[in-house]
Amino acid sequence: MSRIDELLSEFGEIVISPRKQLDKYLSQGKKAIGCFPYYVPEEIVYAADMVPFGIWGQTGGTINAAKEYFAAFYCTIAQLNLEMGLKGTLDGLSGVIASPMCDTLRPFTQNFRVACPQFPFVFLAHPQNRRPGYGVDFTMAQYTNVKDKLEEIGGKPISDESLKNAIKVYNDSRASRRNFVKLAAKHPELVNATQRSAILKSAYFTLKSEHTVLLNELNALLEKAPVVEWKGIKIVTSGIVLDSPSLLEIITKNNMAIVADDVAHESRAIRIDAPENEENPMKALALQFAAQDYDTLLYDPEINKRPGYIVDKVKESGAQGVVIMMMQFCDPEEMEFPSLKKGLEEAGIPYVKIGIDQQMTDFGQARTSLQAFSDMLSMQK
Amino acid sequence: MLENEKVPAKLKLRAVADQVYKNAWDAKKRGELVGWSSSKFPAEIAETLGLAVCYPENQAAAISAKHGGQRMCEHAEAMGYDNDICGYARINLAYAAGHEAEEKPMPQPDFVLCCNNICNCMTKWYENIARIRNIPLIMIDVPYNNTVEVDDHHVAYIRGQFDDAIKQLEKISGRTWDEKKFEQVCANSNRTAKAWLKVCSYCQYKPSPFSGFDLFNHMAVVVTARCKVEAAEAFEALAQELEQNLKDGKSTWKYAETHRIMFEGIPCWPQLQALFKPLKEKGINTTAVVYAPAFGFVYNNMDEMMKAYCKAPNSVCLETGVEWREGICRENKVDGILVHYNRSCKPWSGYMPEMQRRFRKDLDVPVVGFDGDQADPRNFSEAQYNTRVEGLFEVMEEYTARKGGDHNE
Repeated sequence: MSRIDELLSEFGEIVISPRKQLDKYLSQGKKAIGCFPYYVPEEIVYAADMVPFGIWGQTGGTINAAKEYFAAFYCTIAQLNLEMGLKGTLDGLSGVIASPMCDTLRPFTQNFRVACPQFPFVFLAHPQNRRPGYGVDFTMAQYTNVKDKLEEIGGKPISDESLKNAIKVYNDSRASRRNFVKLAAKHPELVNATQRSAILKSAYFTLKSEHTVLLNELNALLEKAPVVEWKGIKIVTSGIVLDSPSLLEIITKNNMAIVADDVAHESRAIRIDAPENEENPMKALALQFAAQDYDTLLYDPEINKRPGYIVDKVKESGAQGVVIMMMQFCDPEEMEFPSLKKGLEEAGIPYVKIGIDQQMTDFGQARTSLQAFSDMLSMQK
Repeated sequence: MLENEKVPAKLKLRAVADQVYKNAWDAKKRGELVGWSSSKFPAEIAETLGLAVCYPENQAAAISAKHGGQRMCEHAEAMGYDNDICGYARINLAYAAGHEAEEKPMPQPDFVLCCNNICNCMTKWYENIARIRNIPLIMIDVPYNNTVEVDDHHVAYIRGQFDDAIKQLEKISGRTWDEKKFEQVCANSNRTAKAWLKVCSYCQYKPSPFSGFDLFNHMAVVVTARCKVEAAEAFEALAQELEQNLKDGKSTWKYAETHRIMFEGIPCWPQLQALFKPLKEKGINTTAVVYAPAFGFVYNNMDEMMKAYCKAPNSVCLETGVEWREGICRENKVDGILVHYNRSCKPWSGYMPEMQRRFRKDLDVPVVGFDGDQADPRNFSEAQYNTRVEGLFEVMEEYTARKGGDHNE
């Protein structure tokens, strides 16, 4: 087995069993904090010497207990997050941080808080008018509230020095992951869709300092690997989460390589770094959030930038089409679909929309659509 | 009608609501700018600047009630909007894109005023209108609040946006902010809110001097015209009529009042008749709706005004939501609760299972839910609704018998 394969296998192991990873940290005497979507400033958790554990639902999970809180027409990510809290899957976490950034997450925050009182609950409301001074101040106030709660949980203060260090660690991690996304696009013969997903997803279950060491090693090997012409199809993916082993396998089997993404769980989360030259680290984190953009979850003060951004991503990455993984019952993604569709059509970029959810067991329709899309793009080559 | 004959309050209210749209059409004809606004955007701003504003939520409800909802929703779906999206948003986006709605026409907007206190969907809905029409959007973001109190950080953040919204609108419209006028507009708004709360308070009497379903119709005026003195006057006139009804033992509820319920949620506008039918047949009057506290914006200064706009049905924490509802259930002496699981409204329906449990425990009343939609008739089953109302009625009867014939007092 080559070192690249070993590393890929190591990342793969992490995402197969996040529980194992959590237990490893707990056995080291560390506390872990569950971070639900979206834009949780994990840097503060890291600075508190705790492990931020990203929880974005449970692909392949089954909703039972959460039905006591949600009707059927809610996003499965939120429902499965609650399900895991109710069923004991999240036991061991010393607290959770939750944002009400969409209309499912609003009631989710309340339902989780009352249904799972065993987890100290840290509420985090981001401002949508995030760029003006009052928006930055509001973010700082919310992040300070998160910091205060984490200090209570951790039983010790979080210093500015440790926050600055955390910002550095996270900026390095984001840079490493962004670099990986580019390298994976250059080497689809070495990193398939499943492996690409595992590397990005494993960062949610690993201390970023550790993750970056492994990933930098992989990146260095990928840098050195000879470029081989990719005979398959190049695509950009878009959506909230794409970590379904079945869907990723279908993508790979149809000779599709993900050369860039607009996925909330992947590149949307690592686009922006926090400024390291800012004296006040909490302000640095607020400025980082202020600079976030091109996301269905965020207000766009310029009204319609996202389609152009994705069109540019397609062009820059040399992709032939876009695969939109539409999470069922996801209002923000659904509301932004017509504009994205228009933008892609005007730019002459083919796309396919696949309806998905995390309880999905029948992939027949997705397989057929992706096969047809792949065939169509192959003929256009 | 004779000149000196007293105009019934409901006609006054209707005239006030109609005037909002007439003003907008007249402004458009004069070449002035017309805005569209979300229902809980601080209406005081546009009113102070004398700008005509229409309300997409109100329009969508009216189109739905006149059975145009499905047609408009289907237009939106053909544009690419998923049928999972809020029915009001779909109807309005279809209208913004040029699909006519004879049921309730309103002029196309020159600017949009968005406040997302009621839901996050509003943000993207209004961005979409701004894209379709290529017009400016003024955004006041009110973050969801997890605590009963609104803290100073929320106040400062919303105040910053409020002041920016004024500047943006001054620039767009070429009009100048007049502090004196603003004070008068705020006074009108408070007067309307107090009159609205007074009207709602008449539900406390047994039997009630009116049918609580009337509030759903009158609500349009609180949404669209709360800053106008005519709105305050019309609600005050209605309160006087209800006072008189009380003295005369009359009611707009023309049936027996066997039971009194809270109707939870936005009504299914396309099926108002179907909603009402089994209730009237069984003598179940609706004496509590959450819109009473939700639109009772009363404030004494700017900070309180900012806090008032943080108090929307879907922007408050679970505890406040429960307190509002249980307060009106107790005041208005309800025997049961009918919960609308509204397919269009995720934030609202997402609290309901937990709220149902709390209502049962805290109020000792039966609670029953049904599936429906505020605008899209495809999400409602009359048979299911009738069965649920039947079930609620039977349990209310049992509870009443158990309590020795006494309803909740």
